[in-house]
Amino acid sequence: MADSAVNGAKTGVSGAGEADRPLRHVRQALPHDSAVRHVQGTAQYIDDIREPEGTLHIAIGMAPKARGRITALDLAPVRAAPGIVAVLTAADIPGPNDVSPAMGDDPMFAEERVEFHGQALFAVVATTRDAARRAARKAHVEIEAERPSVSVEDAIARNETVLADYGFGRGDADAAIAQSPHRLEGSLRIGGQEHFYLEGQAALAIPGEEGDLHVTSSTQHPTEVQHVIARVLALPDAYVTCEVRRMGGGFGGKESQATQWAAIAALGAKVTGRPCKIRLDRDDDFVLTGKRHDMRCDYALGYDDDGVIQGYKVAHLVRCGYSADLSQGVVDRTMFHSDNAYYLPAVRIDTRRLKTNTVSNTAFRGFGGPQGMLSIERAMDEIAWATGRDPLDVRLANLYAAGRDITPYGQKVEDPQIMHAMIAELAESADYRARRAEIAAFNASSRVLKKGIALTPVKFGISFTLMHLNQAGALVHVYQDGSVHLNHGGTEMGQGLYMKVAQVVAEEFGIAMERVRITATTTAKVPNTAPTAASSGSDLNGMAAKIACEAIKARMTAFASEKYGVLAEQIDFRDDRVFIGNESLSFPELARDCVMNRVQLSHAGFYRTPEIWWDREKAQGKPFFYFAYGAACAEAVIDTLTGENRITRVDILHDVGKSLNPAVDIGQIEGGFVQGMGWLTTEELVFDDEARLRTHAPSTYKIPVASDVPEHFKVTLYPNANRTQTIYRSKAVGEPPLMLANAAFCAITDAVRAVAPKGARIPLDAPATPEAVLRACASLQGEALDGEALEAGAQP
Amino acid sequence: MASVTMTVNGKSVTADVDPRTLLAQFVREHLRLTGTHVGCDTSQCGACVVHVDGKAVKACTMLAVQADGCEVLTIEGLADGAELHPMQAAFREHHGLQCGYCTPGMIMTAVDMVNRLGSDLDEATIRHELEGNICRCTGYHNIVRAVETGAKAMTGASARQAAE
Repeated sequence: MADSAVNGAKTGVSGAGEADRPLRHVRQALPHDSAVRHVQGTAQYIDDIREPEGTLHIAIGMAPKARGRITALDLAPVRAAPGIVAVLTAADIPGPNDVSPAMGDDPMFAEERVEFHGQALFAVVATTRDAARRAARKAHVEIEAERPSVSVEDAIARNETVLADYGFGRGDADAAIAQSPHRLEGSLRIGGQEHFYLEGQAALAIPGEEGDLHVTSSTQHPTEVQHVIARVLALPDAYVTCEVRRMGGGFGGKESQATQWAAIAALGAKVTGRPCKIRLDRDDDFVLTGKRHDMRCDYALGYDDDGVIQGYKVAHLVRCGYSADLSQGVVDRTMFHSDNAYYLPAVRIDTRRLKTNTVSNTAFRGFGGPQGMLSIERAMDEIAWATGRDPLDVRLANLYAAGRDITPYGQKVEDPQIMHAMIAELAESADYRARRAEIAAFNASSRVLKKGIALTPVKFGISFTLMHLNQAGALVHVYQDGSVHLNHGGTEMGQGLYMKVAQVVAEEFGIAMERVRITATTTAKVPNTAPTAASSGSDLNGMAAKIACEAIKARMTAFASEKYGVLAEQIDFRDDRVFIGNESLSFPELARDCVMNRVQLSHAGFYRTPEIWWDREKAQGKPFFYFAYGAACAEAVIDTLTGENRITRVDILHDVGKSLNPAVDIGQIEGGFVQGMGWLTTEELVFDDEARLRTHAPSTYKIPVASDVPEHFKVTLYPNANRTQTIYRSKAVGEPPLMLANAAFCAITDAVRAVAPKGARIPLDAPATPEAVLRACASLQGEALDGEALEAGAQP
Repeated sequence: MASVTMTVNGKSVTADVDPRTLLAQFVREHLRLTGTHVGCDTSQCGACVVHVDGKAVKACTMLAVQADGCEVLTIEGLADGAELHPMQAAFREHHGLQCGYCTPGMIMTAVDMVNRLGSDLDEATIRHELEGNICRCTGYHNIVRAVETGAKAMTGASARQAAE
């Protein structure tokens, strides 16, 4: 790949677990663990698993109104439909009617009140999926409808929230702004996003003995699926096993949102005594599952003559939907990233977690961080517009630096110089300054088409901000033939986690990759796990697996040391062999010998992230183990007559520490950027006045396709070792690249600026759809015309 | 019920199906060829692309009875025995996949592209031709590389075949 370079991935300091000798598996660009099965179509997703005989199929009965009291729910026509085995309602639930992750406000089936259009009222269990879906439409539902809250403003007017307001800051932001030589305030609206995992929500529940349930679910959080099923069925957790080999995409959309469907399948299995499967139809999946939070960000800031912020205030008014779901963590992360990469001497960040009668918004790659970051990127652009400075210079002037390195929540940014170095390198390699001049020249002579460019940084905090989630387990067995069974709590959704952890295991034992058998994540092998989220999958599970390998290796070493009378330090596992002083054995030979001599070759490794803490009440702590950095330079062209726009060139420099697998990491960066670009350009969720989602299929909801991505799309890994003791000194990569796409939005904004009068502010909200761009251009050109008219009128 | 007979991956199959059975359903549920994935149910995402009489078709919006008498090729029938088809090998080699759900449809579309347009494909053509296949993971970059390489390898493979 000539255009995806890996700079110096093999240089730098020695890291955690990094031996002095060259690494054989870690840092290699190995293909995805299932690559061969994927290209053959033999990798199984939930709907591909051979159904046990007598498997029943489930469809959801959905609410026809968004808000109101249910006055009648007549299911007789549903029950009378052909092929129906059972109809499930709240009355069938043995335990609490609650599938929420924590807050108790997500019913499996609405009982008295409906909170959003499409909300599940009941489920139909039938002999075929088609019969279930047809019958689900036959219910007679009466709802005493009320006017739904659709927008942030509706919720504010009603003063309805799903969680308490929360804010933190430092110093007196109001005073700092008031005392600044220059001040401005503004507002940016940021849209939501549908995950559109290619494999929709799906689960298969198989009943066992005495109420046991085995549930395969397309979930990022098998532990939560297990616990919630046990809750709703009033069973001990130990009766329920949840397993997932892989997901066809997750992106946060299967962190909490997979649970309800798995739980309904489990309830169906309990009620009917037969295996039950659910696979949501795509349109229903759009309507029934949460999305990225959309919000209005109101900001005010004061800055000095050099464009350096003196005081910053932002209020994020967040549309959470009808329930809390994960909004506490999501909106907290919006706050944690409201600084992005910039030092804010005096700062106040406030949030409202507003309740609307829409589906409950949820985790989505970046988990609230992208919105916080985009709002301050707009603030940077605002300063540039007001001062006439280059936006990049404004960003550089405000970047964290030595002595200006404490975040609004009290954590020190230990390595701010990395951001300066990365931006300098990217500005140089992408030729930012020269292209800025070329674009200005182009815009001066081009009447209809206008170009823009932007270079924006990313600083993303790595760790779950809900502290107890920063733990992981792995179960490793070495068998007597030297083959290794690998299991851990992390789930595979395409991000390459399984491969990365397998590389760690092969490296630790010094064996060939082929000896390591990757197995499906299951709550029966590793319990009480965190979701695979917060970019933490390889950090947490890689470490847990390494700890398990080290324990087994230590026992094998002790055995060999005693048997051969060789010091443990002189025993080395490499090249598929174990070198014991001057002798060597194959790895299987030593494994067999260990078994014959009653040495335990299995270990459950456990890892908890050290150092981190967070006191939410005092808003102080070190919530992040470290920061991942990146920078992107994007160029855009817009058609000012139609609003059509394209991103024409992208250059990215991203810090993954010392990569565990550069092919996987570059794939994450490319995919994350394009997903972020979709969020900020073409993907628009439209809810009508009745709070009905009108964009519930890819026909009306525009996901980027191959031709939306520029041919010049260059991703380079920044040569760096994580200063923190992470697995082989790598850095998390799942989420941070999504926010590189802020450069795409800022580039389009910059292109719109070409039609603006000098010093004007650009009225462009996200996403920058053609309609939004056209509106912005029209409004600016209108102003310009007015301005010209005024000037003309002033002349005699 | 309606009787359908077609050749799927070189084997003749006959079945009685509900006339509204979709081709995707038929290959997945009746023939257990589950590599043909259903992503959007509405012929937009392309995860279900198969070849019918040599042409790429979205199997979620074609009835099984419409394929009566046709030659159907699914992802499972693409490879020649244990050896990967050149396009499959290219997707693996160039990391043109992550979650893998779109991959079979992508590969079937890519092979159709080469069958129609030849192996000397420029990037703009590849990107345009892939517009009916959504990938949510990769950002398409590696998929485009894979199609470029796979296309060239397909010519090489067919040239070798001709020589043999």
